[in-house]
Amino acid sequence: MSYTLDQKQLDRIEDILKSELIDNGVRCVFLIDMAGNIITNLDNGEKQHDIYSLAALAAGNFGAVSAMAKIIGENEFSLLFHKGKKENIHFNKISSEFLLITIFGNDISLGFLRMKVAESVEHLKGLLEPLSREHL
Amino acid sequence: MAFVNLKNKLIQVKIVYYGPGRGGKTTNLEYINRKFQHRINSEMVTVKTHGDRTLFFDFLPFDVGLVNGYQIKIQLYTVPGQVKYDATRRLVLRGVDGIVFVADGMLVRRETNIQSLRNLQENLASYKKSLRTLPWVLQYNKMDLKEQGIPMMPIEMLEQDLNQESPRPYFPASALEGTNVVATLKKIITLTIASIRKELL
Repeated sequence: MSYTLDQKQLDRIEDILKSELIDNGVRCVFLIDMAGNIITNLDNGEKQHDIYSLAALAAGNFGAVSAMAKIIGENEFSLLFHKGKKENIHFNKISSEFLLITIFGNDISLGFLRMKVAESVEHLKGLLEPLSREHL
Repeated sequence: MAFVNLKNKLIQVKIVYYGPGRGGKTTNLEYINRKFQHRINSEMVTVKTHGDRTLFFDFLPFDVGLVNGYQIKIQLYTVPGQVKYDATRRLVLRGVDGIVFVADGMLVRRETNIQSLRNLQENLASYKKSLRTLPWVLQYNKMDLKEQGIPMMPIEMLEQDLNQESPRPYFPASALEGTNVVATLKKIITLTIASIRKELL
C-alpha cells in the first residue's frame, strides 16, 4: 500500500522540525517510516550523511530493538540513544508507523534534546496520525 | 508501502530479494552495484556475520530516473536466508512493495526452496499481505553450475514447485556471472511501479 504527503503537509512538518530542533542546535533530523522510507530530512548545512542508508539501518535497528523489548516482556524501550565521541544519535517513535531520528553534537545535553524531540513529536502526531489510520 | 513525496516529486519503493540461504540474493545486489555504479550514489550497506553470511540485510538505493515526472528511488534489500533468522526476515519485509524470490537451482536445494517460499507467505501474512496481490517474480539461480556437472533442477520442476498458484514471470539466471540479473531487476521494477500507479490513480 502506498501513501502520499503533499507540499503543504511536508512544509508544516519541516517548519516544526526546523523551529524545534535545527534552530536549537540539532545537526540533522530525519522523519522516516518503519519501512525505511524518508519522509523528510533537514540539517544545519555542516555535514552531509548518506541519508538513505541511515534510514534503512535506523528502521531495521528500531524494529530489532522493539522485538528485543517484547522478548524480555517490555512493550518498548523509552530511550533509544547511541553516544559517540563527537556525534550522537537519538530515536523516537511517533506512532506505530513513523520514527524521528536526530543527530546532535556534545554541545546539546541529552535532556534538552529529549524535551525538544518530545515537543516536536506532539506536533507531528497531529499531522501524521490521521495518515496512519487512513492509509497504512 | 511506497512513499510519494508530492513536494519533491519523489517516490520511494521497497523491493526485497527473498529466498533460501546461500541462494545468491546478496550476489544479485553485488552485481547490480557493480553494473550500475554510476546511478548509485552511496555504498552498498551490508550487515554480515564473520562467516560472510547476511545477518540482517543488504541495502542498495538505486535511481531509475523519471516516470510521469516523478523521480523513482528504488530501495533494494535482501533478507538473511538462514532459517534461524526468521525474525529479521520479517522486519525487512515491512512495507515491501515488490519481491524477487531467488531460488537455488541445485537439485539438493529443492526442499529448502519450497520451505523458503512457504516462509515468505507466512511472513507476508503477518503484515496482511499476500503473494496473490503483491508484484513478485522468480529467479532460478546458479544455472551456470550445470556446466560443471552439478545436478540441477529442470525449469519445469522449479515451476511446478514454486510457481503454480498464480504464475509469475521467472528468469533462469546466474547471479555470479550476471546472467538475467538485470532482466529480473527490470521486470520487478516495471511490475512494482505499475502496481503503485494503479493504486494511486
